[in-house]
Amino acid sequence: MSKQDQNKNNEPPTTGHEWDGIREYDNPLPRWWLWTFYATIVWAIGFTIAYPAWPMLKGATPGLLGYSSRADVADDIQSFVDANAQVDTRLASVELSAISDDPELKNYALNGGKAVFATWCAQCHGAGANGIKAGSGFPNLIDDDWLWGGKIEDIHATISNGIRDEANDDTRYSEMPKFGEFLEPGEIGQLVQFVRLLSNQDNDATKAAAGKELFAENCSACHGDTGKGDRDQGAPDLTDAIWLYGGDSETLTATITNARFGVMPAWAGRLSESQIRQVATYVHDQGGGE
Amino acid sequence: MSFFTKHKIVETNATLLLALSLGVVTIGGIVEIVPLFYLENTIEDVEGIRPYTPLELTGRDIYIREGCYLCHSQMIRPLRDEVERYGPYSLAAESQYDHPFQWGSKRTGPDLARVGGRYSDEWHVNHLTDPRSVVPVSIMPTYGFMSDKVIDGKYVADLVQTHKYVGVPYTDEMVAKAQADFAAQADPDADTDGLFERYGDNVNVRNFDGQPELTEMDALVAYLQVLGTMVDFSTFEPDASR
Repeated sequence: MSKQDQNKNNEPPTTGHEWDGIREYDNPLPRWWLWTFYATIVWAIGFTIAYPAWPMLKGATPGLLGYSSRADVADDIQSFVDANAQVDTRLASVELSAISDDPELKNYALNGGKAVFATWCAQCHGAGANGIKAGSGFPNLIDDDWLWGGKIEDIHATISNGIRDEANDDTRYSEMPKFGEFLEPGEIGQLVQFVRLLSNQDNDATKAAAGKELFAENCSACHGDTGKGDRDQGAPDLTDAIWLYGGDSETLTATITNARFGVMPAWAGRLSESQIRQVATYVHDQGGGE
Repeated sequence: MSFFTKHKIVETNATLLLALSLGVVTIGGIVEIVPLFYLENTIEDVEGIRPYTPLELTGRDIYIREGCYLCHSQMIRPLRDEVERYGPYSLAAESQYDHPFQWGSKRTGPDLARVGGRYSDEWHVNHLTDPRSVVPVSIMPTYGFMSDKVIDGKYVADLVQTHKYVGVPYTDEMVAKAQADFAAQADPDADTDGLFERYGDNVNVRNFDGQPELTEMDALVAYLQVLGTMVDFSTFEPDASR
């Protein structure tokens, strides 16, 4: 080291460096800082022994504690699965219709179903299960109008297998033809007026009368002679005031011309049977359940 | 203490200081980075992972162009709350063909690593066109203009070729047929045998945006719908050491 200046007047020695007349005292490091620093080095060595750290030829050293982030999260999830195992097994095995008669199961299903709904369903059906807004194309689940049935068994089947989900073999599937491909625009206009007559809305009586026959030929096979719909085929009731896409002439024309093809993913596989039953119970309980 | 005397030479000689610093950083870099290229547990091979189809790759470019990664991550961490909200935690292999990866570091919006198949195509189109129409409290900008931007995949073969250069295992046939595969994936009436043969049977073939033209919206929705769907987690056995 550079030669240190002798201290005058009991000042500490300097480091011997000098820049433009500025010199630096050579004070020792505070002891508490120095020992803390040594302690962190010892801690780091201990840490690399306890946890996975050093890369070797075949793999990293596993560490004495055997820590693994994957095992950690699996254990964490398993502890909750175990805690709920008894009630989950019971929920997944009872008759669907019996869930609401068992206070413990019902309470568990409603609370769990609320969380499942908020995480996986609310994006399309809305936070309040009201289909976000009328005419959005995403079904309102709290009205009494069901395309495929509103019993808990029907709701459970819809959630499990989805609607028109290509990846699921048991999915609910209905496909209205695009009538624009084989009816004239004038004929579609007549049908629109007849559908408005069915639903008790303002309509052009002459066109509606002409549309009646077209309806019987083209539409009644699925929507029924009276337009009441058919839940076995997922054909909506046209006589009520509830519309998935809209009941105004413009929307009806678009619906008949191009058809609609709403898709809901199947949740079996993504959610456990217990979770599906929880959310089915929750939806069934929202006011629309039958 | 002759070693410490020599230190003064280094301190007072900028070029030597720079050269020695570079040496130290290089050694540190080698020790930290090189093992990642040969350690078995950092290069896990997972069944189901395939390169993106040309249409998905185009959608991915749009995702990057629009800066989606600034608000959306694609990285589900191995923590219980994340797994319960988004699905199985992300595997390194799931971004092995991403150049660059889209893990992101900011979640203004939700994580998108497993958004594929979670919503219908129609939901995505509605949501990109007017996010508030499906999520009332969303602050996402609108991307409706993508529905008007017709694309023909003129340069998609170059895009696939570029990814091949950096190591994605596209075959010469995949590059040659890129434009045809690009168009076929968004057309349910097209001949898709070649597309399935090259990329597997799980490729989604649909008219994603519901319009007759092939638009940027088709490409982006095709990309979003494949995210996180390649690995079948009902059969995947995680190795705890990885």
